[in-house]
Amino acid sequence: MTQTGPAATAGPSPLTERRGFGDRGFQALALIAGLLVLVVLVLIAVSTAQQSVSWFSTSGLNGIFSTHWDPASNRFGAMAFVYGTVISSVIAIIIAVPISIGVSLLLTQVVPGKIARPIVYVIDLLAVVPSVVWGLWGILVLAPWLQGIYGSISSGVNGIPVLDSLFGGPSTDGSSFFTAGIVLAIMVTPIITSLAREVIATVPAIDKEGAYALGATRWEMIRGAVWPHSQGGVVGAVLVGFGRAMGETMAAALVIGASAQVTSHLFYTGYSIPAVIANQFGEAAGTMRSALIGLGLFLFAITIVINLVARGIVERSARRARGA
Amino acid sequence: MAAVTQQPAPGSAGPVNLREPAGWRRTKNGLMTGLMWLAFLIVLVPLVLVLYTVVSKGAAAINWQFLSSPTIPPNIMPLGSGGMGPAVVGTLEITGFAALIAIPVGVLGAVYLNEYGGNGILAKVIAFMSDVMTGVPSIVMGLFIYTIWTLQFGYSGMGGSFALACLMLPVVIRSSYEMLRLVPNSLREGSYALGASKARVILTVVLPSAVGGIVSGALLAVARAAGETAPLLFTILTVEQTNSNLFSGANTALSTQIFANATSPYVGAEQRAWGAALTLIAITFILMIVARIVTARFTRYSH
Amino acid sequence: MAKLEVPETVKDKAAAEPGNPVFDVRDVSTYYGNFKAVKNVSLTIHENEVTAFIGPSGCGKTTVLRTLNRMNDLIPGARVEGDITYRGQSLYAKQVSPTAVRRRIGMVFQKANPFPKSIYDNVAYGPRINGIRKKSDLDGIVERSLKQAALWDEVKNRLNKSALGMSGGQQQRLCIARTLAVEPDVVLMDEPCSALDPIATGRIEDLMQEIKSQYTIVIVTHNMQQATRVSDRTAFYSVERNEESDTRTGVLVEYDQTAKIFENPSNPLTGDYVTGRMG
Repeated sequence: MTQTGPAATAGPSPLTERRGFGDRGFQALALIAGLLVLVVLVLIAVSTAQQSVSWFSTSGLNGIFSTHWDPASNRFGAMAFVYGTVISSVIAIIIAVPISIGVSLLLTQVVPGKIARPIVYVIDLLAVVPSVVWGLWGILVLAPWLQGIYGSISSGVNGIPVLDSLFGGPSTDGSSFFTAGIVLAIMVTPIITSLAREVIATVPAIDKEGAYALGATRWEMIRGAVWPHSQGGVVGAVLVGFGRAMGETMAAALVIGASAQVTSHLFYTGYSIPAVIANQFGEAAGTMRSALIGLGLFLFAITIVINLVARGIVERSARRARGA
Repeated sequence: MAAVTQQPAPGSAGPVNLREPAGWRRTKNGLMTGLMWLAFLIVLVPLVLVLYTVVSKGAAAINWQFLSSPTIPPNIMPLGSGGMGPAVVGTLEITGFAALIAIPVGVLGAVYLNEYGGNGILAKVIAFMSDVMTGVPSIVMGLFIYTIWTLQFGYSGMGGSFALACLMLPVVIRSSYEMLRLVPNSLREGSYALGASKARVILTVVLPSAVGGIVSGALLAVARAAGETAPLLFTILTVEQTNSNLFSGANTALSTQIFANATSPYVGAEQRAWGAALTLIAITFILMIVARIVTARFTRYSH
Repeated sequence: MAKLEVPETVKDKAAAEPGNPVFDVRDVSTYYGNFKAVKNVSLTIHENEVTAFIGPSGCGKTTVLRTLNRMNDLIPGARVEGDITYRGQSLYAKQVSPTAVRRRIGMVFQKANPFPKSIYDNVAYGPRINGIRKKSDLDGIVERSLKQAALWDEVKNRLNKSALGMSGGQQQRLCIARTLAVEPDVVLMDEPCSALDPIATGRIEDLMQEIKSQYTIVIVTHNMQQATRVSDRTAFYSVERNEESDTRTGVLVEYDQTAKIFENPSNPLTGDYVTGRMG
């Protein structure tokens, strides 16, 4: 018991002691692990930028910002993919947002915790089903079923302005911008729901009680107390979902139809950035490979910006809620 | 769907207008609550459908030979010859190694954020960027590892592990960080008061106290990663024979096989895709259930 | 309220010659950021005595206690001015290691804080981090410490059960055993009985009397009867309000033998407090 003996008998006790190597080493390890996040993010940007230089230099700005993607003639315009990515993600968000907000309100304002927990498990299950399985189901089950529905909608809107240009025309096999949007909506619903739920849960009880004390119904309380408080954070949650939809690869690759075109017809086949990377990278070489990596860089940049903004909004609204 | 965010126009309510205002308010409240439940039911539909399809079609394909056969047959072959053994081995090895990298690093990162970083600017930046990193598309992680690893060292299961580890890292950091925050400060003080160094306090008191939540969060991250496809496409390539060597040579995984088979015109390939899908879902669900059990049994401090 | 009776035994002990000085606190002020929590405290704490810190809430008695084993270092922004010597060495000298300090100067907290481990592992924790690995050594230390803390008979058959399953009083005595297991020189106690019922409190007070021949004890307490029952010397702290900045700073009003403080205080503030007219 040499180290622990009472100091009382030991005369002036040796209180001076260097901080152990292990102690400092552990702190350094933890710091390195934390820094790794920043290192990886920077490396992603640098390495993909390096690899896409030859795309930028051979295609030029005009080439990049064209909708013409034709590897055979060495033309690598990105815009058809950007268009498809945005359109399918917007469709996904339009479908997913009301559902996600509805479910998060149900979980936080309507049902007691005992019932909320199993509902959360069910929503989490959606998130755990692998995206390639959603894609498989989308192309083999959902798309053939939607094909018939698309057909009747198309003939229904035939000749009606606007609607015809959105929903008219034949869909070849059910894969389309819209099908991709539906599958993406299923996949982003859990993330939007869980973030929105977190934000809504920070609404102070005193605000809610204030509304109830004025004789408000639950819905009036939600409109009057919950919504103003959590609006900002919910917008952030929706943005995170939008970023997720844009980057989602497998489902889009399987159900969007794999044809690079820009059209207002939502039931037509299209393409998205992650889908074209997944489908064509395998046989790509030279400028084409560089172009596909460049598309990845572009996707990275967009999703980083969206997430920066979204997380900023979520964090700020959470901080405001805590301060209130 | 607009009903959730917009008040229904009073004019549209028809006979309801004739009632007392309180009656309409009650009705509207009930209507909105009904819509919230409807939203939940809408979420249930695809989940039930996909699980039903995967189980009913996948069960027909799965047997011991399907799971263990060392050869994936050509697409044209009908069900019954060969199986998905190489993909099962690949998925388990690649995901396992990714977890081996990402969990320790992620937990250490969380330790930095909660125990060392304090309110410092660096810790705040890392915490924020780690949240942002969860939004990086998985295919970008695949391209990233392709450019910095695969181009130099060739295709291997390990490259896929690196890509999956990059995806898991921010998730593990976030979930571990939340768990460390729940450990009461009085425990740290109790350990310091016995003369423990900071590293000791963390290793012998803080981490053991939070271990339930950390393990459960990490398992969920592993479950998500096991189903990922995009990061593996250009890092492991594909093979038809089992390659149990993670560190060299092309490999394959259940997810990439599903992707490859999904668009094949052959019935046998499609059936094998469903079988692989059921296997993959079973793996992820088992991980998730284990995570729930760990949460229920070993969580000491919670909100 | 009548003056508190100081038991004869304590009176005698305190009247005898004081032990060696353990802590010499000279003109110490403590800050949290810009906030001055305590100012200009000077006192000497003697070996093998129980010293009590009393005073109203916010008077800084816990703050002073925590400066004695550098626990305040753990609070971001905390700073100490003045000089504290421990057995002749300056506690806040640059090369002094806080962990080495805390190994000799242990602490028991207001709320029992057993680790979520078994009873055995709680007591063995300190010896283990100090490098004792041999099972037989640890067994001996655990038994000795639990006996010192008067807990052995209650727990000897369930040493491997979780400490979180014990009663509040048992948990606090376990924390004392845990502190004694590293054989500290000084035991600091921060209101150790404030969360306990009278029976559990009595046990811990008896325990303090039993172990004080081997240790030096400093206890912060809200309970003046407790101070008269257990302590040889008492320091009375009070709060000084700064009108300009509307902040409150703790000050040491009087420090003397417990009997003197409670029966014949020299400062009227002390008299008001111990007779219940203020506080």
